[in-house]
Amino acid sequence: MTRLLTFLAIGLMSLMLFITTSGLPMLFDPNSPAATHVSPRYIEKSREETGSPNFVTAVLADYRGYDTLGETTVIFTAGIAAVLLLRAARKHSDCLPGGDEE
Amino acid sequence: MNRKFGTIILDTAFRYLVPFILVFGMYVLMHGEYSPGGGFQAGALFGIAVVLGRLIQGEEAMLNISGNTAIILAGIGTFIYGFIGVLTMLFNGNFLEYGAFPLNMAEADRHALGILGIEIGVTICVMATIIAIFDALTRREEW
Amino acid sequence: MQELFSQYFIYWLILILFMIGPFGMIYKKNLVKKLMAMNVMQVAVIIFFLVLGQKTGGTLPIEMHGLAGVENYINPLPHALMLTAIVVSLSTTGVALALLILIQRRYGTLEEDEMLRRMNQ
Repeated sequence: MTRLLTFLAIGLMSLMLFITTSGLPMLFDPNSPAATHVSPRYIEKSREETGSPNFVTAVLADYRGYDTLGETTVIFTAGIAAVLLLRAARKHSDCLPGGDEE
Repeated sequence: MNRKFGTIILDTAFRYLVPFILVFGMYVLMHGEYSPGGGFQAGALFGIAVVLGRLIQGEEAMLNISGNTAIILAGIGTFIYGFIGVLTMLFNGNFLEYGAFPLNMAEADRHALGILGIEIGVTICVMATIIAIFDALTRREEW
Repeated sequence: MQELFSQYFIYWLILILFMIGPFGMIYKKNLVKKLMAMNVMQVAVIIFFLVLGQKTGGTLPIEMHGLAGVENYINPLPHALMLTAIVVSLSTTGVALALLILIQRRYGTLEEDEMLRRMNQ
């Protein structure tokens, strides 16, 4: 029963996504909305505004520097979370049933 | 060099691979504005160099950063990023507006300097986080 | 028909890759396999964004001498966004692995059925 429901849900979701692919822009289209709205501004101006020929670095570190600060904080928080989870468990390992099996 | 696993293949591979990985990571960091690269990739390369040493030689690896040091380094990396942002505010600029540095350079060069500064911070943070997660996941003796 | 196939085939491939994720997360009973399915889903999303950034006749998004004009460079924005997405997927995988180690220590297993049985007893 669970198996049937799983395949049904996955099939329905695939069908919906399959139908929406026809609304996506054509592959490698230079006139697609993604290529005509925001990115020409970055490509034309980023060299003189940021001094970096690499557009990706210019967008990442200068135009969206605030985003990247948040990104760095996320990575730092994830590292602390992983370390603290395992250290806290080690300190209280006597109350874990798996801890005293060995 | 101490041999933890005792096989010459692992030791030789380690000895030849790690210096090249470190040099390539430094190139990716310093040349990130002019070629494909940047802080995140360089951090991943540095982290992998240390993790490789830990995998092959164990806890007594030559090139080792312990878990506690790694967490402190990750904090320092994030601090460098935020500190450069606050520094531009002290020179009457907006947050992370690199053009506000009072240096005798062109506007674009000041931006390039600021980008290099924050990429160093990102590199240290990513490297230390990879090492810290690896250290936390593989530490098992106190269980 | 030929044109439709060549234009949208990559989207269908990405769709198949993406649907491996929900399928694995629902159907598989092992928690490590669920985590692997989640990572496959993240990779599918990253590839989808990178495909949207491509242009015919565009080169890599680094300004070169004597090559000016928007139509000569691919869209740099998806690359910048996905670069951070890759690193975030790394850190989420790290936290998830730490949680899996804790679950394994607590219940002695990573199979869902066995875990539910041990929770209730």
